[in-house]
Order: sequence, then C-alpha cells, then structure tokens
Amino acid sequence: MDWSWFPFEMPHPALLWAGVLEGIVLSAVLALTALGLSLVFGVMRIVNVAHGEFYMLGAVLAYAVTSVIGGHPALGFTVALIVAPLLVGALAAASDWLVLKRLNYEPEATIVATIGMLYIIQQLSLEFFGPDARPVVAPFDWRIRLPWFGYSGYKFVVVGAAILLMIGVWVLMARTRIGLIMRATQFDREMASAFGIPVDRVFAGVFALGAGLAAIGAVLIVPVQQAHYLMGGDPLLLSFIVVIIGGLGSLKGTVVAALLIGLSDGIISTLFTPTLAKILATLLVAMVLVFRPQGLFGTRAA
Amino acid sequence: MLDIRDLEAGYGSVTVLRGVALDVQPGEIHCLLGRNGAGKTTLLKAIMGHVRRQGSILHDGAELTSLPPHEVPRRGIGYVPQGRRLFAELTVAENLEIGLMTRRSGREVRERMLALFPRLGERLRQRAGTLSGGEQQMLAMARALALEPTLLLLDEPTEGLQPSMIQLIRDVVTDLRQTHVATLLVEQRVEAVLRVADRVTFIENGHTRETLTADELRGRPELLDRYVGV
Ligand SMILES: Nc1ncnc2c1ncn2[C@@H]1O[C@H](COP(=O)(O)OP(=O)(O)O)[C@@H](O)[C@H]1O
Ligand SMILES: [Mg+2]
Repeated sequence: MDWSWFPFEMPHPALLWAGVLEGIVLSAVLALTALGLSLVFGVMRIVNVAHGEFYMLGAVLAYAVTSVIGGHPALGFTVALIVAPLLVGALAAASDWLVLKRLNYEPEATIVATIGMLYIIQQLSLEFFGPDARPVVAPFDWRIRLPWFGYSGYKFVVVGAAILLMIGVWVLMARTRIGLIMRATQFDREMASAFGIPVDRVFAGVFALGAGLAAIGAVLIVPVQQAHYLMGGDPLLLSFIVVIIGGLGSLKGTVVAALLIGLSDGIISTLFTPTLAKILATLLVAMVLVFRPQGLFGTRAA
Repeated sequence: MLDIRDLEAGYGSVTVLRGVALDVQPGEIHCLLGRNGAGKTTLLKAIMGHVRRQGSILHDGAELTSLPPHEVPRRGIGYVPQGRRLFAELTVAENLEIGLMTRRSGREVRERMLALFPRLGERLRQRAGTLSGGEQQMLAMARALALEPTLLLLDEPTEGLQPSMIQLIRDVVTDLRQTHVATLLVEQRVEAVLRVADRVTFIENGHTRETLTADELRGRPELLDRYVGV
C-alpha cells in the first residue's frame, strides 16, 4: 500500500503500545472522575463546574499528606488515599449544605454557585500551596518488563484500583439500600420524601461521593502527574465529554466512553499531538449531541 | 387524628388554597369532592409538605407544617398520589422496599402486602413502569400501606381503572376502616363515593365548603350539582 500521502511518519509499534498503555491509565482515572460528575448530575440534576477542583484538591492534599508523613513512601501514600477523599468529600458535603441547599438546587443558580466554588477552591489552593507543581513519590517503583520497553508497575496498580472502585460503586448503587435510596431520589425526589427519605441528606451524601471519587482518581494519578492548583481544568472538560458521550446516569456508558476518550487521547497524544486529541474528542461530543443527544448508553429523557 | 385549620397553600407565588378547614377521625373515610382544578391534589400535597403552606395541620397533636417532608410518613401517613407516581425505573420489589423504608424490618408486612395483592408477587423482578394500569395502582396502594399508616391519603385511586379493580380498591379501603385507619379520599366518581364515604367535604376554587355525612348528602343532591356537576 502507498502511504506517501500520509502527513505523519508511520509510528514504531513500541510507540503505539506506549500510547495504548498511557490511554488505559488515563481511561481508568477519567472513568472515576466522570462517574462522580455523572452521579451528581444524575441524582441532583446539578452541573458541578467545581468538579475538577475537587480533583485538584485530592492531588494537592495527597502532596500535603505525603510530605508530612515520613518513612516508606507507601505509608504516606496509603494515608493520602484514605484521608484526601474523606476531606474533599466533607468539604463537598459542607458546600452542598451551606450553598446549594440554600439555592433550592435551582439548575441555573447552582451552575453560577459552582463556578464561584471553582475560583474559591483554586485561590485557596494557590494561597496555601503556592503556584509550583508538587511531586508525590509513587508508593513503590517496580518496573514491568514488556517486549518493547520497561513500564511503571505502579500504573497497572492505578488501573486495577480504578476497576475495583468502579465495581464498588456499581455494587453500592445496584445492590444496597443506600443505592436504592439514591436511585429513588434520582427518579422522583418528592415521592422519595413521601416515604421517609431525607432528600437533603441524600444530596449532601451524593455530592460528597461525587467529589470523593474525583479526589481518589487524583490521588491515584498524582505520583505520575504532580499536583498543581490549575490541574482541575482538563479532568473537568474530559469528564463532561465522557458523561455526554456515555449518556447520563449510565455506569456502563461512563466506562465505555472513558475508555474511548482515554485510549484515543493516549494514542493520539503519543503519536501526534495532545491538541489533536482534544480536537477529535470535542468533535466526537458534537457528533453525539447532534445524532444521539441521550448519549451512547443513556435512555431518552422523558 | 387530622385537624386542618385556616390553611393556605400554593406553588411559588401562586396561592391555590385559602382558609381551608377539614378534620378526619380514626376509622373514618372522608371524601374530598370538587371540580378539576379546585385544589384537591394541592391539599394532599400540603399535608405531605410538598408545597408552600401556612396555617395549621395538626396530626395526633403534632404540627405538620413545621416538619420537613420526610418526617410526615414517619408519623404514619401513607400517600397514594394522583397518577400513582411509582418509581417506574425500579422493580416492583424495590418499590415495595421503599414503602418499607421507615421501618427496620419489614418482611412480615411485605408478605402481608403480597397476600393482599397476589399479582404483585408474580411480578417482583419486573420494572414498575411496565405494569398494567391496575397493577400499578395495586403497587401504589401496597407501597403506601407498607408503612402501616394510621392516616391514608388517596388521590383519585380509581382513575382509569376497570370495574373489577375499582371493586378491589374499594374493598381494601373499607377493610382499613375496620382497623381504625383514617382515610382522606379524593374521588371523582360520586356514586362510588356515596357508597363508601362516612363524610364528604366539598372544595371549590381553593376553599373548603360544606362538610356533611353521606346520609345528609343523599338528602341534598343539589350540592352535587353545585360543586361537582357541569
Ligand atoms: N405545579 C403547579 N404550579 C402552579 N400551579 C399549579 C400547580 N399544580 C396545580 N396548580 C394549580 O392549582 C390549582 C389546583 O390544582 P389541583 O390541586 O391539582 O386541583 P385538583 O386536584 O382539584 O384537580 C389549579 O388551578 C392548578 O392550575
Ligand atoms: Mg387532582
């Protein structure tokens, strides 16, 4: 076949595989983050523009925790993995109670409010941790020998942990009483309250869970990426893209869309440029919005 | 049991109910009659705390207007809303479980509901939205009865149902009277109301008018023309 028209050099297979691996790691973290956004929108009907900042806070808190706790890197990291999502979740629950609840969860008002939260969290992070990117040491540094190159074993752990967490969320939603309460509230909050479900507490919990998922994703990725007060933008954009493509409230859709976006981002960024990857993803969103507004797996809104 | 006085209620800035007064006694079936748009559904929503309201709604000595909505069912008030409003995406079993939400263990109550409406037992894994109209009404009744209410609010429970289903609903409601459950029933079928009701209250343009017993009403058919006739 004649490839002379192709404007880029054909990649070496090793590069392609590197792109695929990077894409899988990105997909894993993205799936967690997008799942948080999707839960909040699904149950509360709120577009949380501050979602990326909860992610950023998770990463920055991971830096703070690991730099306070000495000893083996795995110790500080494990503590961060528990403490950071809890703190971020608590902050989210508090901002739900103090701000969103007072706005009666009006869609427009809450968008404005979460934009405000975005800037406040960003500035506080800048104030406390400064403008520099902060590294977090990975809990261990195994390298796995692949046919083409050695690869960080930690990244495989990230993928494994993300899969476990996704399964955990699925079990929570589909198999537990708390999940049933959340699904009932999502479907009809007024009727849920007519059967004794305290809707405002469910909302605070869901907002905390959504933020906590973003924070866990960030803690997992920060040994690979560094913490920075402006790092919340990309995850926010990509999460929106994933949620739109996957379809709201569909766990399966979120996973599939995260894989699609993560893999194509990883491969295209490695082989060509990250900008091309974002352009293609945005194009895909536009196509989905035009031809299948309910997303690939979403159900048509009534 | 339930004592409503000087109630005002509405949606946002629109006030629908004004000066509403009504009482329901234990073991009584009290019917609310009025034209479409008179405010019957709004009155039930006001009791449940789903609309803005002012005034007094006393239930067993407690003031409902100062409780958050989720505390109302916990006081033993069951609600079957107009149009049933099942959790259509959830299964029959899950809808029932939500009815049992206010209690710790509900296995025995659940069995009782399935004995009352055996057809639901055959459809436990099915999504509630896929049930027939009659089955949906059974599920809405079972869901509300699962919290073992002492006060039951029924909003047009026979709307769109076949005669056999209407008969079943009527039997369930009259059986509840034996156990001293108080029922506030909104119904359009006047002849059905006259057969089961102990007392009737008319509601017109958001105001409650005459309250009288079913026997008294039989002697004053002109009231039916005035408040529900066309
Ligand atoms: N969500 C709402 N917002 C504003 N007005 C409403 C709403 N629901 C009902 N209304 C108005 O309240 C009045 C009473 O309605 P409703 O209580 O449903 O009457 P009924 O049940 O007796 O037919 C009507 O004029 C109706 O237009
Ligand atoms: Mg009505």
